Amino acid sequence: MPKIKLSEKTIGLIKDVCADFGNQGSELINVLHQVQGKLGYLPAEVQEVIAKELNISVAKVYGVVTFYSFFTMIPMGEFPISICMGTACYVRGSEQVLAEFKRQLSIEVGQSTADNKFSLNCLRCVGACGLAPVVMVGEKVYGRVSPQMVKNIIAEYKEGCATESKSA
Amino acid sequence: MTTNYQLKRADFIFKNENDWEEVLSKNINRSPQELINELISSELKGRGGAGFPTGLKWKLSAEAVDETKYVICNADEGEPGTFKDREILSRVPFKVLTAMAVCGHVIGAKEGYIYLRGEYFFLQPELNKAIGEFEYYCKEINLDFKIRIFMGSGAYICGEETALFESMEGKRGEPRNKPPYPSSCGYMGKPTVINNVETLAHTFTIFKYGAKRFYDLGVQYSRGSKLFSVSGDTPKPGIYELELGMSLADFVDEFGDGDTKAVQVGGASGFLVPRKRFSETAIGFQGKLTGISLPTGGSMMLFNSSRSMFNVLDNYLEFFREESCGQCTPCRVGCQQLLKGIKAVKRGEKNAQYLDKLLRLAETMQYTAKCGLGQSVANSFSSIVENFREEMIY
Repeated sequence: MPKIKLSEKTIGLIKDVCADFGNQGSELINVLHQVQGKLGYLPAEVQEVIAKELNISVAKVYGVVTFYSFFTMIPMGEFPISICMGTACYVRGSEQVLAEFKRQLSIEVGQSTADNKFSLNCLRCVGACGLAPVVMVGEKVYGRVSPQMVKNIIAEYKEGCATESKSA
Repeated sequence: MTTNYQLKRADFIFKNENDWEEVLSKNINRSPQELINELISSELKGRGGAGFPTGLKWKLSAEAVDETKYVICNADEGEPGTFKDREILSRVPFKVLTAMAVCGHVIGAKEGYIYLRGEYFFLQPELNKAIGEFEYYCKEINLDFKIRIFMGSGAYICGEETALFESMEGKRGEPRNKPPYPSSCGYMGKPTVINNVETLAHTFTIFKYGAKRFYDLGVQYSRGSKLFSVSGDTPKPGIYELELGMSLADFVDEFGDGDTKAVQVGGASGFLVPRKRFSETAIGFQGKLTGISLPTGGSMMLFNSSRSMFNVLDNYLEFFREESCGQCTPCRVGCQQLLKGIKAVKRGEKNAQYLDKLLRLAETMQYTAKCGLGQSVANSFSSIVENFREEMIY
């Protein structure tokens, strides 16, 4: 991965978040949540700053970032698409839905489209098994999704007409 | 002994919570001993799936000597097919908060945490609002108790209580060795009561109506009602509160689509029950019911005859392989090998007898894995392979 140079502003932002949590190592996960919320992802350079601020090793930060599936080291698309692969969704055909998303967007799981608009991910049960199969775009939940519906879901976000469902 | 194997609906959990202020102020004026006795006589057992007696849990923490203690509500609802805790927190949050404060009074804790599953981030604003209102009232009645939400980050293993503590302390969610148990050494090494969301909601019912109302529901060893998350091939998926002890046959009559070939009780870490065993299986905690009695965190997933059980098992094993924290070898390597193994048998690269080897591996994991995750892989693996062997091969 190419090295990224963080701007002074970004470094300041990270330092502020760390200070908000009292620069306590035990608050690492809360810090990571906040920083990812602001920057969108947690590249190695960001982790280095956090480690220094909280006075813990970079290895420890990296260990936590890679342990939890919510933290990502690569940038996500503007509209992150997540397909639930929990058992209820799986038996009701989420694999076919995923295949259709891959085909329509021409990307694999864990990748983003060239224009950085969409990224594709799998989730383990969002707790909406009654609506299986479930797809999430940002924070919006789509239930009982069939492969035929995929095209329309993508279209909703293509022309910037879905302002309210933008992820926070 | 009461015999009650009928399916009976109950309605306590979601019943109005408007009188929470009254329930709270009344109960924090009772002695801790009295409250513990009330809980013990209700025979409430933990509703997360493991079924530890709640009264005993509170008693042990109350007896631990320490100035700082904690109450934690485990809302890391990650078992595939379970969605009851989300519903409780969004519909009757004050019941849970009240129960936490009463627990704090019983054991002598001033701080409570709700460990909220990362995927449930959307519950946070409403829940924080409820906490604000709750703490305002606590101040009014001079009760020193604070509640804070801790967001999970997407790791199934963190539902395991000691992994959850590790996660709250800012570390990788890797389970600790037990003992020591949380009642003496939990979060930050302090005595901690950690209860499932639903368990806490039930204690509200008990403190409000008395232990007897609760005890009268269900059957021997499995008292009270329980929420069930019904999903899969059913015309009416959703959440239902039912008395414990019902037979699975009655359950399928009510929720099946007429073509149910098997039910997975308790999610990926639970057991698969094939049709021929429906009538001899009851839902509750271990005890002397007719035939087998299965504990459950409440996930009931129905499969009809169009479903391939190989695919179901494949999905479970993928899940476990992904979610194994990797700390202990039996679980880390075992999950990978089980998954590889069933795929090899399916492709014909290994003969059918290889399944017996895999069954022995699963059994070994049950005895040697460090925590509940690795130990329970054998539940679904063995029950699926033994009952649907032909589907694994052809």
